[in-house]
Amino acid sequence: MNDDLRDLYQEVILDHGRHPRNRRIIEDANHHAHGENPLCGDKLMVFLKVNAAGVIDDVSFEGKGCAISTASASLMTEVVVGKTQKQAEDLFAAFHALTTGGEPPVLPEDLEDDFDRLCVLAGVRDYPVRVKCATLAWHTLEAAMHDAQKVTTE
Amino acid sequence: MIITKAEAGHVYDIDRVRADFPILARPVRGRPLVYLDNSASAQKPQVVIDAESFVYETEYANINRGLYYLSERATERYEASRRTVQHFINAKHSREVIFTRNTTESINLVAASYGRRFLQPGDEIIISGLEHHSNIVPWQLLRDERGIVIKVVPVADNGEVSAEAVAALLGPRTKLVSVAHVSNVLGTILPVADIIRQAHAVGAKVLIDGAQAVMHLPVDVQELDADFYAFSSHKIYGPTGVGVLYGKEELLNAMPPYQGGGDMIHTVTFEKSTWAELPAKFEAGTPAIAQVAALATAIDYVSKLGLAAIAAHEADLLAYATQSLQEIPGLRIFGTVPHKAAVVSFALESAHPHDIAQVLDNSGVAIRAGHHCAQPLMERFDVPALARASFGLYNTRAEVDALVAAVRKVEELFGQ
Repeated sequence: MNDDLRDLYQEVILDHGRHPRNRRIIEDANHHAHGENPLCGDKLMVFLKVNAAGVIDDVSFEGKGCAISTASASLMTEVVVGKTQKQAEDLFAAFHALTTGGEPPVLPEDLEDDFDRLCVLAGVRDYPVRVKCATLAWHTLEAAMHDAQKVTTE
Repeated sequence: MIITKAEAGHVYDIDRVRADFPILARPVRGRPLVYLDNSASAQKPQVVIDAESFVYETEYANINRGLYYLSERATERYEASRRTVQHFINAKHSREVIFTRNTTESINLVAASYGRRFLQPGDEIIISGLEHHSNIVPWQLLRDERGIVIKVVPVADNGEVSAEAVAALLGPRTKLVSVAHVSNVLGTILPVADIIRQAHAVGAKVLIDGAQAVMHLPVDVQELDADFYAFSSHKIYGPTGVGVLYGKEELLNAMPPYQGGGDMIHTVTFEKSTWAELPAKFEAGTPAIAQVAALATAIDYVSKLGLAAIAAHEADLLAYATQSLQEIPGLRIFGTVPHKAAVVSFALESAHPHDIAQVLDNSGVAIRAGHHCAQPLMERFDVPALARASFGLYNTRAEVDALVAAVRKVEELFGQ
């Protein structure tokens, strides 16, 4: 195994890829959306339970994809639970910049630890094709929050 | 040096063949390139690269118009290439060979021109379950416009599409059968001669999508009695941007033009235009002049090696790859008919095809991972995607070993 591959497939990614957290259906979800990456055929669903105060009480995903997309979805569910939708969007903006090599927005201090957890996926920015794998769950989350039914990474 | 004794009795000198392809000498990610994505597109021998340059350096001008030396030379070369294609697939006349952009455009041409002119609402088109999107979507566009019916021949678990399965769908309303000669995913070689005979018996025409066939096996359109046969230059070691549509003369003559423009007309007035004769009728606008010329060089190259020798070499690689990959626990091969082209699609229990391709790329091994423009086939086998290694005339057993070693590395990384 050489270093390039290790940078991409860090232990945390392999672990979340093998044992994804929150891969389940939320029966009483009040938001959900389908996501699709037409390039590779990966499909996933994101379920959300958002309370009256706009806080994400529960979040989950369904679907089978590559290690990168599964790990990204799994990590996403872990960091956005308990956050407001605005905070989830801030994290997505920062994550998007991280994976595409863009200028990262300044995050409020209380989101820094969560963002740090997502940084294991930074390796995808060297592999343009894999950026979509990493961001599919987040695009789908955003679609669910805005009640868009379907999103593709195309 | 590996030398395969080919059926034809030639000695297949793989080292010399490889030396003809400059790209094979370049390292990728610090390792020797192992190029196993030949079904997507094949690499080019130096003679093909040179042939394209030669046109631009010495004989380039637009064709079919200039009354001057360069245009005459370019036109001559372009038409010589048409005759090379004619002989390669054994068409009766060179005017039955239409140059298009690629296989996709060739199929779209038939759908748009033949389909719109001759198909009525309720008429049936038969395709198979293993078709590439380019042999599905043009018919769906036609269906949505004309109200035709598309019937799909089921694919067996081993990847077979039998002549019997096709026959079961043939009926009095069948007007066209359009199937692949070789599956781009499973490698299955379809019994196209039988399919054509049966289809003709009910009065249907047959289009064969030969994109994955012409580089692997000899094709004789007259012997097959194919009505249309489509393929691309870039998969047979020629340039991109050129496709071929073979059509029987009487069919092509009866069909309206596909696109309007220069070169395809006889006379034009603002009231009415009349069409040029074949093949110009279907070649509107300036074509890929240098690329068409270089396609002839690619065909000559392949013919000189001999398709029988190439087929024997690739059959050896296929058998070796199949056997070696099968030894990996948790690996499943899709497409297991005995009679197939050198394509091995597979899945691992422990890793998604995307991850497989990524790790392989890191070892310098280029394979395709995804749905291979055959989403219905992925559904059929209940997989989101597959990894595919496809072999060409320059691949070696050592490269199969590199593939297998890299797949074992995937297993190491992702397996429990």
